[in-house]
Amino acid sequence: MATAEASSNMKKVQVRRYKPEENADTNYLNAESGLRSWLLTKDHKRIGILYLIATTFFFFFGGLLALGIRMELWTPAATFIEADTYNQLFTLHGVIMIFLFLVPAVPAILGNFFLPMQIGAKDVAFPKLNLASWYIYMIGAIGTIFVIFAGGIDTGWTFYMPYSSTTGGAVTFMSFGVFILGFSSILTGINFITTIHKMRAPGITWGKLPLFCWSLYATSIIQILATPVLAITLALVGMERLLGIGIFDPALGGDPVLFQHFFWFYSHPAVYIMIVPGFGVVSEIVSTFSKKTIFGYWAIAMSSLAIAFISFLVWGHHMFVSGQASLANMVFSFLTFLVGIPTGIKMFNWLATMHKGSISLKTPMLYILGFFFLFTVGGLTGIALATIAIDIHLHDTYYVVAHFHFVMVGGMVMAYLGGLYYWWPKMSGRMYNETLGKISALLVFLGFNVTFLPQFVMGAQGMPRRYFNYIDQFQGFHQVSTIGAFILGIGFAMVFYNLVKSLFNGEKASANPWNSRALEWQVASPAPPHNFDHIPVLIHGPYDYHKPMADFQLGLAQTNGHEPEMGTHIEADKEVEMKD
Amino acid sequence: MANKTSTHAHPKHLYHHFIDSEQQFSAAKMGMWIFLGTEILMFGGLFAAYIIYRAWYPELFTMASHELNTIWGAVNTVVLIGSSLTVAMAIKSAQLNQKRNIAINLGITIALACVFMVIKYFEYTHKFHLGIYPGEFYTFDGIEHPKANIFFSLYYLMTGLHGIHVTIGIGLMSWLLWRSLKGDYDSEYYTPVEITGLYWHLVDIIWIFLFPLFYLID
Amino acid sequence: MEALRNFFLPPAKTAVAEQYDTLFWFVHISSLVVTIGIVVAIIYFIIKYRRKSENDVTPVITHNNKLEVTWSVIPLIITLVLFGWGFQTYIDMTKAPTDAYEVNVTAQKWLWRFQYKSGASTTNELHVPAGRPVKLIMQSQDVIHSFFVPDFRIKQDVIPGRYTEAWFQAREPGESIVFCTEYCGTDHSNMLAKVIVHEPEEFAQWLEDNSGAATKPTDLAPADWGEQLVQQNACATCHSTDGTELTGPTWQGTFGSEEQLADGSTVTVDENYIRESILNPNAKIVQGYGQVMPSYQGQLNDEQINAIIEYIKTLK
Repeated sequence: MATAEASSNMKKVQVRRYKPEENADTNYLNAESGLRSWLLTKDHKRIGILYLIATTFFFFFGGLLALGIRMELWTPAATFIEADTYNQLFTLHGVIMIFLFLVPAVPAILGNFFLPMQIGAKDVAFPKLNLASWYIYMIGAIGTIFVIFAGGIDTGWTFYMPYSSTTGGAVTFMSFGVFILGFSSILTGINFITTIHKMRAPGITWGKLPLFCWSLYATSIIQILATPVLAITLALVGMERLLGIGIFDPALGGDPVLFQHFFWFYSHPAVYIMIVPGFGVVSEIVSTFSKKTIFGYWAIAMSSLAIAFISFLVWGHHMFVSGQASLANMVFSFLTFLVGIPTGIKMFNWLATMHKGSISLKTPMLYILGFFFLFTVGGLTGIALATIAIDIHLHDTYYVVAHFHFVMVGGMVMAYLGGLYYWWPKMSGRMYNETLGKISALLVFLGFNVTFLPQFVMGAQGMPRRYFNYIDQFQGFHQVSTIGAFILGIGFAMVFYNLVKSLFNGEKASANPWNSRALEWQVASPAPPHNFDHIPVLIHGPYDYHKPMADFQLGLAQTNGHEPEMGTHIEADKEVEMKD
Repeated sequence: MANKTSTHAHPKHLYHHFIDSEQQFSAAKMGMWIFLGTEILMFGGLFAAYIIYRAWYPELFTMASHELNTIWGAVNTVVLIGSSLTVAMAIKSAQLNQKRNIAINLGITIALACVFMVIKYFEYTHKFHLGIYPGEFYTFDGIEHPKANIFFSLYYLMTGLHGIHVTIGIGLMSWLLWRSLKGDYDSEYYTPVEITGLYWHLVDIIWIFLFPLFYLID
Repeated sequence: MEALRNFFLPPAKTAVAEQYDTLFWFVHISSLVVTIGIVVAIIYFIIKYRRKSENDVTPVITHNNKLEVTWSVIPLIITLVLFGWGFQTYIDMTKAPTDAYEVNVTAQKWLWRFQYKSGASTTNELHVPAGRPVKLIMQSQDVIHSFFVPDFRIKQDVIPGRYTEAWFQAREPGESIVFCTEYCGTDHSNMLAKVIVHEPEEFAQWLEDNSGAATKPTDLAPADWGEQLVQQNACATCHSTDGTELTGPTWQGTFGSEEQLADGSTVTVDENYIRESILNPNAKIVQGYGQVMPSYQGQLNDEQINAIIEYIKTLK
């Protein structure tokens, strides 16, 4: 059964098969109980759940703000709130969705939970730091929410100078809130990179690393390199307001366009912090639900790194009309096109994975199909916007709004929900209701398109973003969009209902309901307290569906002081060859 | 990484999720290196602002630099380099299992770091006395340049952020000192000393960039 | 086809705008083809390869170099074409001809002011001749704004402390809307203006008529001229004349009334107070309002201020 590959760095180890236990008595959820055991936990899975609870709350909060925005835009003049309130709504919507939901969602929830399991580790490299980053996140998040009561903030999530240094409200407070959130993100990045480098189980070579881990690896690189720059930029915004340091404020001799360079140097890569982990989820789900080896493993893995790298060189495409030199515009436009190529490559690889597969249209896969369409539209309109000339007319219009919602919601949120459904059995030990899952997936897809497709047209017609009043000709588009937003809202509420309901009366999940080959499915559901009581050994890649399941359940025969617990099925020792 | 089982007994400092001490040590070290990378990027933002303004107003930087006291700047440079040396000696002592020397070297490092901060304090108060405050509070009229306030904003921001790092370093080192006095570190386990040392070298290196960039412009 | 075009894009009123539209349609139609291709592939796959049983066996296809190179290189070539084409069009859109007629544009919260060579100045109305390139030299008084005319496909940020430029050449007489597209606060969405394109002779006449706007036209009563000035200077953006609450206090019935100031003292609204409020708006602010009004020092002369005061007196 061992690979016959002859190579100098192959060596033999004694392994046994550790079949996942069904209906195990202890799991990570019931191993300890009480609020204290949660708030002081160092278990990456529990920390993932803590993040899940927090981000879900902020997601729905940000969503309600979005509904407020859409309701206000039902009529061209004031509908139910004033202009200043509206400006605060879209600012908070942006800040909350980006910093409190999109950035942490996939890495901090799904990544925290599954990264160590996918590489056969018992935890991340620094569990205390992991818990600390959740607390830092909560402090930053509470600070951000507190801004509402401290006078609000109306700068837009981009904090453009000199508006942000002159307007009233709690801008200083907010900039320090986001500064703190940045550190949470940095610490998670450090933890993940170290974990991937140092904690992989025997046999998990770089070539057998699941693509979800590759995507988190690329994301973490961006996080650790870009976030410090955001942190210092926002600290400077705070200083600008407190001390009038004058670096960005033209009234004191500074340069406001310099702020935009600083800001986008982080915030463009941040787009990829949000979307790249989503790519990882897509790779996992497409392969599992097509029951087929992933097509172009290295192309997908390396394109994530390529995206991470190029993402640092394209920030200027947010500034095509800011008055920066034509030459700079040319270079940034060129590099922006380049970042489209690895993204396109991923798309084709996923489609090729489905080709000749055995496709099962369960809820997670429906989300991924939705992702394919929405992300294609989002990506291609990105190509349109990368074309400098086209961007001139479309910049800061609803076309851009629609574009980034297609990428962020259509891409990232669809992948996130797909991932949440996919891994839900492992996280909760329960199966969700498939029918309800499918209906809500369709509703989300429908609602999303009704909301944002009209915005492309409106934007091309010239409707600027961040407008409280608008000219009458756009009213029809706005009303369709508002109706869509409510459909979308109902869809998300149904997702929430379905998952929460499964906790109470969902069918008990088996260890591996999707017959996946990935390592996280080779343990009990819900996951055991320390993931593995043995040291797992991998002899095949995580997408080798042509190999028998038993091959994916191997572990070192000799345990490191931990004897396998009672009830674990152990087959006779075998000897396998594996790469060191 | 494979098959490193039961070669060591399970020592007290080893966390359950690591296979052995070696894995734990190399993970901690790598984590610190990555963190230092983020620190460089964070200071990098300020260095970028510095470079841009210096390119725009080279004459301002030459003029304003004369207001800074080169001698005290140089003394501080020597003090920090000295402390980097003593922290390296603390690590060496740990490797050689000289438990008492760990504490002594850490003590000297803390003292040097405090000397640095005291000198910095006198430099700042002297400037405040002249009316050289950051940004809009700037009232000094000894420099004939409309953007002199921005030079000093950068000066205070960069040396201030560096000062915060020195202060954090003093805190970390005091904690190490306390634990080394308890005898927690030896040649088997000295990871915290090693990675704090790495951090301290970074703080030192940043100063080595700050010193010529502000004090030695001509 | 025409209807479809009008559905997606505003009318193209300059030659550059038409050049823009060609590129716009090329990108979007090719994107549409790609999207349809992907959707068809997905639908075909999920029908054809739908899971028949849990024991389905799938082929092992790890990669295919030829295919992967193909789908990397073809998009690369397409995007390079787009890049070149886009950059060329961008240069045409932003590089003004040297013989362009220049207008100075000043943006401030929340209005646009246009100053012409002849000395004429207008607020929220840009008058230009048809068939001649017009170059805008723009600057902001406060925060960043952005000058956007959808009909001309031009957009340029307007920044405090430096000049930026935009240009266009309208073909036909007519009107086009101007939006501010860089978020600038409360009345960002009301910061609109109009470009009014005249026949060249008509424009020359307009310039002549308006160059002397600083002195009272003989055929107008002072209050009527005041009303005109109020309109030209867009005072009504913030001050209503019918009691509606806007950014600034309403003018209805304000003359002669007592107002509570932000510092707690009171003031009687008389000629001196109005004059001071126009020239030095932040000196005495009525309670409940912000320091947002720009000074009109140097933009309105005494005669004009008097006319405005006369007009305010009529608003009982």
